Amino acid sequence: MRTTDIVRSATRNAFRSKLRTTLTVLSLFVGAFTLTLTTALGAGVSDYVTKQVSSLSTGDVLLVSPAASTDTTEGPNEYDPNGRQQSSQANPLGAGTLLNDDDLAAIAAIDGVDRVDPIRQVSVDWIAAPGSDDPAKFELSVNPTSSIGRSDLAAGEQLDQQADEAQLILPEDYLDALGFASADEAIGQSVELGYTAADRTEQVAEATIVGVARASLLASGAGANQQLTAEIADAQAVPGQPDAYAIAVAYLTGSGADGAVTDADVTVVKAGLADADLAGQTVEDQLGVIQTVINGIIGVLTAFSIVALVAASFGIVNTLLMSVQERTREIGLMKAMGMSNGRVFGLFSLEAVVIGFLGAGLGALAAIGLGSAISSVAAAGPLADLPGLTLLLFDPVSVAVVILVIMLVAFLSGVLPARRAARQDPIESLRYE
Amino acid sequence: MTIPLLTAPPGSAPVLRAVDLTRSYGKGQARFDALKGVTLDVRRGESLAIVGRSGSGKSTLMHLLALLDRPDAGRIEVDGGDVSRAAAREINTLRNQRFGFVFQQFFLTAGQTVLENVSLPLMIAGVPPRERKRRALATLDLLGLADKAGNKATDLSGGQKQRVVIARALVNEPDVIFADEPTGNLDTVTGHQVEDILFGLQRDRGITLVVVTHDEELAERCDRRITIADGLLVGRADAAPSVVTDGADR
Ligand SMILES: Nc1ncnc2c1ncn2[C@@H]1O[C@H](COP(=O)(O)OP(=O)(O)OP(=O)(O)O)[C@@H](O)[C@H]1O
Ligand SMILES: [Mg+2]
Repeated sequence: MRTTDIVRSATRNAFRSKLRTTLTVLSLFVGAFTLTLTTALGAGVSDYVTKQVSSLSTGDVLLVSPAASTDTTEGPNEYDPNGRQQSSQANPLGAGTLLNDDDLAAIAAIDGVDRVDPIRQVSVDWIAAPGSDDPAKFELSVNPTSSIGRSDLAAGEQLDQQADEAQLILPEDYLDALGFASADEAIGQSVELGYTAADRTEQVAEATIVGVARASLLASGAGANQQLTAEIADAQAVPGQPDAYAIAVAYLTGSGADGAVTDADVTVVKAGLADADLAGQTVEDQLGVIQTVINGIIGVLTAFSIVALVAASFGIVNTLLMSVQERTREIGLMKAMGMSNGRVFGLFSLEAVVIGFLGAGLGALAAIGLGSAISSVAAAGPLADLPGLTLLLFDPVSVAVVILVIMLVAFLSGVLPARRAARQDPIESLRYE
Repeated sequence: MTIPLLTAPPGSAPVLRAVDLTRSYGKGQARFDALKGVTLDVRRGESLAIVGRSGSGKSTLMHLLALLDRPDAGRIEVDGGDVSRAAAREINTLRNQRFGFVFQQFFLTAGQTVLENVSLPLMIAGVPPRERKRRALATLDLLGLADKAGNKATDLSGGQKQRVVIARALVNEPDVIFADEPTGNLDTVTGHQVEDILFGLQRDRGITLVVVTHDEELAERCDRRITIADGLLVGRADAAPSVVTDGADR
């Protein structure tokens, strides 16, 4: 029997009992659908995170915060006047405990640390384009971690943390409001930032726009360099209170080629920080947390789709066993007419593969259709602030892999019934009733 | 070992020869000897009737002769060559190329057209689709069913179905047609038509006919008959009813 004839017959046989085949295909459909969506979700998110890490992380900084308390003694801790202060407001980046100047000195003293900059939280009331006497003012938040890494720039350059001038990276959506025609036009312009000093007086700081940034997962709000933050933070510091910082940024000296910071460098400094009762995290570490959470969700979804596939494979076994049962005579006849066992096996296992292909193909198509719709709706709505994030990324290769895996599952499910068919004794099958 | 399975018949050797065939079913207490040593020649181009009481072992013998089953002991020769040790593949090819089968029941595949049913042996043989269609149509034409080629096999009458079955047995141009009760579930008139077709093929094409039957009339039309009783060959006779040596049970 020719291979094309086997494929054609197997396909026709698969459709002989339409309802039964449809139901089996449907159960595979569910598995294929979920599996395609979860793979796409995983691909989309990790693609975004990787892009963010590579575009944003300078790779040579560690975010340092006090180590989480490891105090195991019972009862309240004894007061230490020279100890760290507790934060009065919640801080998403650090623990409740704040760093003090001693900590900064300790960080700077660690081998492999080039310099350390504290991150000082500053609050800016408004931003305005200079020039007129009564310009339009807009609210602005300064991203405290803008010194950690780079911004995803639409134009201009990154902040120079060691510059003497006050520098600002402007979020893209402020361009229109401040009267800039394009991102390029904004570069080099100066803007006014209004803030309230510790003594409740209104102050104005001037800053130069060095870059225009797209919004990203890591950095929302404007970026300010050390010079600018120091100016505002000094004015906002409560007189007489010792300095305290939620977090500090340690710049590392690299030991690799061209002074690149290697993983080993990072490990050494992290160990040094741990000795000083501090914890250091790279940008990758921080994103890793997000990725771990998302991987967890994806894992659960994948488990669901695998359960669906296992259930579906029993469906295939059942369908084909019924098919073999119903076609006992036909099998006997074909074997009497000289069809080999191998071909009979091929005929039935191919029928399983056809069912698998249908379920997987339709499931993947539906997932791509629905997923693309969800993706574009999400990109226009809730995820509009994260340009560059394609929630569901359908990679042709992984879709093909999903389809092939499901066809393989179908084939394996077909083995038992197909073997039963192949081993049938033609005389038994043709016995008159 | 090479067997002249697919080659031209060497003059005198019988197309099929069974030597001391035994076949039993079941094991131990339930063991039943269906054939207890049957020796038999089937000559080229003859029509042979296998008769006997129900359960005597006729079908068992026919299945062995048709290489659908293997004997417990004894051997089958095709054109003088022993096939007892032939590979399954060779036997499959032999059945596919040289044997045709007509069973008591039609075994037509529902849902397929008459043409597809008739083409089945050719499809198994790996004949290309176009050639398959041509040959199947020619065979259907021969049996006066050309106009039914596109119909569903299930939509035909009993006699038409049996003609389709004969067309299917004939389409691969076999040397031997095995028929187990070919008229068993047809009325007398249709049964006669089917008989006429079978004997016509034997006469015109030199096809060897091996017919298992209960039908005395059909047995009489055959060149020869053998009678089986309790797994043993108890009678051989030529066609003339006057010289038929009936089996002990008849
Ligand atoms: N697979 C089997 N298992 C057990 N016994 C069997 C089997 N096949 C046949 N037999 C027995 O072998 C004997 C011969 O069977 P066979 O089918 O050859 O009879 P038959 O002569 O063709 O009868 P009929 O005219 O009714 O078709 C019967 O007694 C039957 O019960
Ligand atoms: Mg019988």
